[in-house]
Amino acid sequence: MDPARKRKIRLVLTLGIAVCLAAALLYTSFSASTEASKPSELQPGRSYEVTGKVVKSSVEHEGDRLRFRIRDRDGTESVPVLYSGVVPDPFREGREVIVSGELRDGTFVAERDSLVTKCPSKFTKDKSSA
Amino acid sequence: MADVGSACLAVALLTAAYAVLASVRGALSGSRRWVTSGRRAIYCLAALTVGAFAILESAFLRSDFSYKLVAEGSSTDTPTFYKVTAVWATQDGSLLLWSTLLALFASAVLFLTRRSLREIAPWATAVLAVVAGFFLLLMVGWENPFDTLASPPAEGAGLNPLLRHPAMMIHPPMLYTGYVAFSVPFAFAIGALITRRTGADWIRATRRFALIAWTFLGTGIMLGALWSYTELGWGGYWAWDPVENASLMPWLIGTAFIHSIMVQEKRGLLKVWNVSLICATFALALMGTFLVRSGILDSIHAFGASTIGVQFLIFIGLVVAASAALIVSRLPDLRSEARLDSLLSREAFFLLNNLVLVALCLVIMWGTFFPLISEAITGTEASVGPPWFDRLTTPLALVLVLLTGVGPVLAWRRVTWSSLRRILVVPLAAAAVTFAGAALLTDAADSPPSLLMFTFVAFVLAVVTQEFARGASARRTITGEALPRALVRLAGRNRRRYGGYLVHAGIAVLFLGVAASSAFIEQRDVRLSPGDRFEVNGYDVTYRRATASLGGDSAGTGAPISLGAVLDVRRGDERFTLRPSRNYYSTQDPTRGVISRFFEGEATSEVDVRWGLRKDFWLAVRPDLNELTPAIRKGDREFSKSPTDVQAIVIAALAERYRTNPPPAAFRAIVSPLVVWIWIGGGIAVLGALIALWPSPEARLRRVRSLYAARLGRELSRA
Repeated sequence: MDPARKRKIRLVLTLGIAVCLAAALLYTSFSASTEASKPSELQPGRSYEVTGKVVKSSVEHEGDRLRFRIRDRDGTESVPVLYSGVVPDPFREGREVIVSGELRDGTFVAERDSLVTKCPSKFTKDKSSA
Repeated sequence: MADVGSACLAVALLTAAYAVLASVRGALSGSRRWVTSGRRAIYCLAALTVGAFAILESAFLRSDFSYKLVAEGSSTDTPTFYKVTAVWATQDGSLLLWSTLLALFASAVLFLTRRSLREIAPWATAVLAVVAGFFLLLMVGWENPFDTLASPPAEGAGLNPLLRHPAMMIHPPMLYTGYVAFSVPFAFAIGALITRRTGADWIRATRRFALIAWTFLGTGIMLGALWSYTELGWGGYWAWDPVENASLMPWLIGTAFIHSIMVQEKRGLLKVWNVSLICATFALALMGTFLVRSGILDSIHAFGASTIGVQFLIFIGLVVAASAALIVSRLPDLRSEARLDSLLSREAFFLLNNLVLVALCLVIMWGTFFPLISEAITGTEASVGPPWFDRLTTPLALVLVLLTGVGPVLAWRRVTWSSLRRILVVPLAAAAVTFAGAALLTDAADSPPSLLMFTFVAFVLAVVTQEFARGASARRTITGEALPRALVRLAGRNRRRYGGYLVHAGIAVLFLGVAASSAFIEQRDVRLSPGDRFEVNGYDVTYRRATASLGGDSAGTGAPISLGAVLDVRRGDERFTLRPSRNYYSTQDPTRGVISRFFEGEATSEVDVRWGLRKDFWLAVRPDLNELTPAIRKGDREFSKSPTDVQAIVIAALAERYRTNPPPAAFRAIVSPLVVWIWIGGGIAVLGALIALWPSPEARLRRVRSLYAARLGRELSRA
């Protein structure tokens, strides 16, 4: 085989692999992703990753489970959350949290251990609790 | 002193600007005096930034709350160790650390190359000065670490409790050192491109810096994982968090770079690839610094919106655009000096390893930025979780580990089948035995990727052992040395080669830990009262009693209250006691009551881990304060006007009440097999890298001899 042809085959092969990888990336990421949304946008029957603020004096421990309400970052509409699993250390009222789950009968039932707390600003003074 | 600090930064910015002008002028006119002046400006820059850093550090140590940073990030009751580290816990302070490290590294490399690389070095000086100037500009213009407060508070806010962990002392500086050191090869690559001197000279001059950067960045990542495992209270070491990914991406591309420059050194191939890789590494290092600051991606590290996100984005954009334009314009100068002879050669395998590393980086990048990508495409922000990352990175990691074993033992240019057989028989046998053994004797077959990984790890370790054994036995036949001496001599004489083997062995061991602990971890979350027991992975755990201590936190982080538990663990003859606890830090928030401010501030888990070579037993506790809440509220009302020592007595009484009459507490127990090997493997890799880095006496001798020979030649030709 002459070298030019050989190189062309190599190029096609490499490009083919790259395209396959890119397609795999596209396909898997869009099918595996969860939508990020605000508490006010939730519809029943779909799974969401909700970002919101924990409403003041809404946190209640109920045995192993935790009940609290979250509201939009800049709004008042809030939704009750039922959560079980590990509560991250920085979890506080007034802090921004991210939690995955779905809406059932008006309550957002969270997946186990899905609660993530946004770090209370390592670099600037914590204003959310003030 | 704050004014002196600000002045240092302003003068440093001017010095950086002068260094750019002097070096460019020297490079264009060929005047050595301008070039020398530019280089000396960088030394001056280093002195200024070190001075500024020292001033800031001393303000933290003196708890001088007239400095805004000190008031926000430290307090008199912060332990001294954490006062030192609090400097880089702040955004402004970490920018200062970046510039200081950059100036020091730039000075080091320019000093080492002061007599060589006459064309490239001035341009590299200019590039380094531009980068340093950018960071100084950020500080002078927007984030001055020396901002002062008109009315200093009596007490500072204290260092964020989550950052009070020994690994946090060294983790950020290590990462920064890694990021910063990559700017050295980047600067010389740009210099080489501008001057069209695209041979291997710039690589030889900066190879060591790339390896230093790689080592520091890797160590920083490992320490971050350790911090996550022992401090964050969730029991994992890697969460595919955007900021973790941001530090991993430049490390992966840097790894590719370290391998592919060998191909250019030996064979003169892959020139475009190498300059592209180093430019990408540097851009990713900037991206890593930027992601921590910007808050554009949701992450535990996304520390609120920053004021300098836009500036960073513009700078990264400029770096990428300028590098790309420069590479394209120099394409004719970057032609390969040779051809790839065979697909079965070391260079071909290095290329393959490069492709896998770059693919891995692209996957991680895609996943990290997916929220932005999906928002741009579909209009809704969506994200991919750790399962997605695991699924896509696992096959790539498997290929990578396999290449770790095959790559270094293949010959350059072309491998013959007979030599291949000679190299691979023993490792393949070891791999087959491991595969069969693990599949039949353990549960490893439950997780096919892990089983494959164990097999590949055995293969790599066998390859490395065989290389050491062959080399040592060859030495012994020639010199008659004893085995240990022969091994040491062998590694000492071929540091790059045997250091590299050790790095590969370390990485294989690391992946052994990752594969075992991720697939066979066992975890239980339970709620217990004293006297209750539960079982996990055959361990019988009994909650013996609750503990409460004031100011007596075992890790020395300065927590006023710490509530915990004592648990007895038994499995057969093995018995041990674990004492996990949770530290409560007071908040300065004036809306909280005087007593509840001690319980409702930050709290962190002080995990207790029974480390073991075979498995770890990891235990965290989360006390339930609900039953104390009425008493705390009552305390708030009744003692709000009391002197602080009375309040202290109330808090002591509350803690005592928790100790003697504890409500049920939540526990998380994790049994994780072989997880400690992640850090042992990391340690082996760092050791190997240090061996590869250490200048060998022979090399120095060779250099002196060649200089001498060159001088002799010159004098002879003149005579």
